Amino acid sequence: MDEKKTAWERLQLVHTKGRPTVRDYIPLIFTDFYELHGDRHYGDDMAILGGIGRLDGRPVTIIGQVKGRDLDENKACNFAMPHPEGYRKALRLAKQAEKFHRPVICFIDTPGAFCGIAAEERGIGEAIAKNLAEFMTLRTPIISIVLGEGGSGGALALGVCDDLAILENAQYSVLSPRGFASILWKDASREQEASEIMHITAEDMVSLGVAEEVIEEPRGGAHNDLDKISENIKEYLSQKIPEKCEKDIDVLLKERYTKFRKIGEFLD
Amino acid sequence: MFEDFFDVVKKRFNGGADEEYKPPMFKCPRCQDLSSLSRYEELHRVCPKCNYHGRLSASERLAITVDRDSFREFDADMKSGNPIDFPEYLEKQEQLRETTGLNDAVVTGTATIKGSPVVIGVMDSRYMMGSMGSVVGEKITKAFEYATENNMAVIMFTASGGARMQEGIVSLMQMAKTSGAVKLHSDNGGLYITVLTDPTTGGVTASFASLGDIIIAEPKVLIGFAGRRVIEGTIKQRLPEDFQLAEFMHEKGFVDMIVERKKMRSTLSHLLKLHGYDKKEV
Repeated sequence: MDEKKTAWERLQLVHTKGRPTVRDYIPLIFTDFYELHGDRHYGDDMAILGGIGRLDGRPVTIIGQVKGRDLDENKACNFAMPHPEGYRKALRLAKQAEKFHRPVICFIDTPGAFCGIAAEERGIGEAIAKNLAEFMTLRTPIISIVLGEGGSGGALALGVCDDLAILENAQYSVLSPRGFASILWKDASREQEASEIMHITAEDMVSLGVAEEVIEEPRGGAHNDLDKISENIKEYLSQKIPEKCEKDIDVLLKERYTKFRKIGEFLD
Repeated sequence: MFEDFFDVVKKRFNGGADEEYKPPMFKCPRCQDLSSLSRYEELHRVCPKCNYHGRLSASERLAITVDRDSFREFDADMKSGNPIDFPEYLEKQEQLRETTGLNDAVVTGTATIKGSPVVIGVMDSRYMMGSMGSVVGEKITKAFEYATENNMAVIMFTASGGARMQEGIVSLMQMAKTSGAVKLHSDNGGLYITVLTDPTTGGVTASFASLGDIIIAEPKVLIGFAGRRVIEGTIKQRLPEDFQLAEFMHEKGFVDMIVERKKMRSTLSHLLKLHGYDKKEV
């Protein structure tokens, strides 16, 4: 692990060209992966992928936000900004996982849900809300991992889970620092200042009770050693998934609810 | 009730007898037309020209919705902490407490509506744009948990700019927390009615506001996830005037009915009765 970087330095790393995406990780962590498409209502959103595969031989469902590795890929996946049909595909596959008693593994990597006319018309708010509610009571284990950017409700829609891990340089936030600066100070250029006061780092997530574990990145960042970072993610999953699968499902659901239930700071 | 409120308005505007009297005007944010403020207030803040339903405080909303003296507030004293040590957050709230008389952006409790008992929550956009932080999340969650335990229906009047930025990721997590509580209430067979009022946006739209069994909106109110300016910035074009208004969301299938303020109380009462809540022992 590197010596501690500032939130801003890490943000630059997350946006480094060549930072691995979910499509890089899947072949190195899972076997027999089959991608499944579509929400069965409207279409197939390429900003979220989903499918089935094996982790250490055990069937699992995999869902994740897709960043592109170059401009063409990014155009195809809309820069990892999903539309409602992406979240509805995720929910369909999560329900399928529940039916076949497979654990769900979600990879979070999005600046946020897409802000556009079509997204509003097709109910992006409703799609996110539905996932939050349904994932909370999904009767199968769910593990989520923040790979790079975890922005806003668009990230949280894959983030209701039993345990959340976050890569060392990844961030998780209520809004991108740029959006935050623009809303609070009407000045998007104060993005660096925002990133430093927002508490968006992996360690912040652990101390605020949002994440359970930080996954160490290779020296200089995940892009420097894809094999190593994949190995670290796999090691985490290989330990967590069997642990959660052994638990009584009602106990697991109670713990999942409590995990979120206790986040907040107030005086009675 | 509303009479007191009108007295205050009248006193304020009939004050200086020596000054030349100019009737105060209301400029509608929807149709941009001017009407007399007193007329707008008489209509309980509905624009006489275009029927835009303006914003009410939580206490004004309760006064026109629930049976007189029936409201019992939950967690009236709950106040926010400062989970990410955001500069001047607590000071800002102290000022707002003085000007609004509220401790945060939602008031929750039990009441009856034409005799039917209900758990009710009303958001107040005067308090940090009705944004959801720890207190809003906790109060709404507790309200749903109380309703689940006591087999009661829940009615939420939403009005919010979304997640409270000053609480960072902690405010985002309130979306999951409240949605989880709604789900458990629903799984227990409870009725949940949402009334979307001006404005309902962001993280509140993307959590408990969109999860009602029945979703009602007031006419011409703003309902959406992303802000209008954000979308215009993304797509580099002007959006149509009616974009994200209640009627638009109704047409797209995300709102069951649009109900005028003067009919809201009787509509809610009928819906509670249709689900048998007038006969349930609490």
